[in-house]
Amino acid sequence: MKIHEYQAKELLRKYQIPVPHGKAAFTVEEAVSVAKSLSDRGPWVVKAQIHAGGRGKGGGVKVAKTMDEVTQYAKSILGMRLITVQTGPEGKIVQRLLVEDGAQIAKEYYVAITLDRALSRLCIIASPEGGMDIEEVAAKTPERIFKQWIHPTLGLRDFQTRTLASQMGFAGPAAKQFQDILKKLVRLYLENDCTLAEINPLIQSKEGNLSALDAKLDFDENGLFRHPSFQELRDLNEEDPSETAAKKFDLSYISLDGNIGCMVNGAGLAMATMDIIKLEGGNPANFLDVGGGATEEKVKEAFKIILQDSKVKAILVNIFGGIMKCDVIAKGIMGAARELKLSVPLVVRLEGTNVEQGKQLLEQSGLKIITATGMKEAAQKAVAAAEAH
Amino acid sequence: MAIYVDKNTRLLVQGITGQAGAFHTKACKEYGTQVVGGVTPGKGGESFEGIPIFNSVKDAVKTTQANATMIYVPAPFAADAILEAADAGIETIVCITEGIPALDMVSVKEYLKTTCSVLIGPNCPGVITPGQCKIGIMPGYIHKPGNVGVVSRSGTLTYEAVHQLTQRGIGQSTCVGIGGDPVQGEAFIDVLKRFNQDPETHAVIMLGEIGGSAEEAAADWIKANMKKPVVGFIGGQTAPPGKRMGHAGAIISGGSGKASDKISALEKAGVLVSLSPASLGETMERALKTK
Repeated sequence: MKIHEYQAKELLRKYQIPVPHGKAAFTVEEAVSVAKSLSDRGPWVVKAQIHAGGRGKGGGVKVAKTMDEVTQYAKSILGMRLITVQTGPEGKIVQRLLVEDGAQIAKEYYVAITLDRALSRLCIIASPEGGMDIEEVAAKTPERIFKQWIHPTLGLRDFQTRTLASQMGFAGPAAKQFQDILKKLVRLYLENDCTLAEINPLIQSKEGNLSALDAKLDFDENGLFRHPSFQELRDLNEEDPSETAAKKFDLSYISLDGNIGCMVNGAGLAMATMDIIKLEGGNPANFLDVGGGATEEKVKEAFKIILQDSKVKAILVNIFGGIMKCDVIAKGIMGAARELKLSVPLVVRLEGTNVEQGKQLLEQSGLKIITATGMKEAAQKAVAAAEAH
Repeated sequence: MAIYVDKNTRLLVQGITGQAGAFHTKACKEYGTQVVGGVTPGKGGESFEGIPIFNSVKDAVKTTQANATMIYVPAPFAADAILEAADAGIETIVCITEGIPALDMVSVKEYLKTTCSVLIGPNCPGVITPGQCKIGIMPGYIHKPGNVGVVSRSGTLTYEAVHQLTQRGIGQSTCVGIGGDPVQGEAFIDVLKRFNQDPETHAVIMLGEIGGSAEEAAADWIKANMKKPVVGFIGGQTAPPGKRMGHAGAIISGGSGKASDKISALEKAGVLVSLSPASLGETMERALKTK
């Protein structure tokens, strides 16, 4: 689960990690009043709040020297369609701002914590090359990236933070401050079930003080049951409405660009179904995993969600019934096709438990359902149907 | 032979009285698995389908000499259930539960290093040695005893592969679903090592997917050590970057985790990669002929 920068900074503040003074604003008036509350002579920074990086380059971050400029920038950023390297070409509409004190920057650094899947341990990644895309730093100057792995029971040790501080080039009070920030960030990560805690850039002022100029926190969806209050941090505007609707029914849905709607059980088979559609010359409109224990009701909801996408020219159902019985799925499909007055061609491939009963039900239903044996035939039929429709 | 489980495996079920636990306990027992006990704290002394229930894994092991467990405990308590099984000396722990927080698994994984237990999963379909022992949620009847090992990060895609093999008359030695979570027990390499040493396994199908670097690591290991033909598939070749496809692990981040990188690493290691998920059985047939 992703949250906004201003929400991440509030959490950093709670852990006493220094961040610039600032507050979220939802209107131009609020932006001005936040700016006034911060100082009377600026500069201030007006930052678009969307769940994507690269906002500065896209024109979503502006430094205002006067109050008039605060008004001007707040007006131009709020409501803008911000396109960054992470949003995709469709961009995102900005609905929230963060207004902050302008910071004096002497130097920028990078620090993040995430899970190293290969070692099953948390890893601190730090670099003196802050403010840039860290993947780019990793590709071009890997020697400028430093890592320390956190032992699950011993935790982060002083020698590790000392090593990182010296690798980053910190000495004296700045080194102490850096070590302190690392420890607090690790505590924040562990206590909040994060999957990513990133400060980029971590800046040093001319006086030598460190603070988090930008921050990104992602939370583990599987850990949310321990943090019920995080629900308030969710910004539904940042989520695809179909994906949110799917979650309600315990379906996993992701919309894509193609025209063949997919309904599959199991994430791996769903991905493989998308792959075979592409191999056969078509384009999937979505990823949809109905899960292991789908009911008639769930199948119906899945169809509704697929059909909300007007690009869909054909639907491919690929079910390998294990726990899920094919006759139950067939009934769900028939019910949905009738209730939703399905007008696009429907290709169904059933395999597994009670497959014969399932196929028979579909054939006797009188509905225009194209049945297929095997994934290849199913994909070929779906591609042909989408082209003909 | 086979790997992990066989006809002598004595299975416990943790969370036997829950809905999923009860359902799959019956299915495993019907398949022929020796289900010797169940564990549900507070229900010790009761029984389910003639299977005695115990309050703790230690109690169950003492009475039944169980050496494997199948875990259906809900996600918030599942990490504890794995630790309890390991603490009681269970050799093979199969955790079906999905949705366990990654940080819980980081601690579990560390603890397991100090024990003799092997963990399969979590968030996996389980492990089956056809005709002998089924531990998990896979449909038993699609399998056929034989000599092809199957290892996979996915559930239903594994069934698809097994089905294609069985349809062509190719049986399986053992099928292992290692699960799709970012922190897991047995990884591809652990399973491949066992298949490599198992005289009854003549070839292996490995089903990977986008995200992480486990397939690349497996490719390196295969190149250096594998004596048997391997057929590979990578799911999610067409997935857009940065999107979560149901499995927490399937996120492409930066340069690594991409299907194309994984496929080329496997091909370089001599793995016969099937680009189509519909040609898994066919590719294995070819691999067995040219062996």
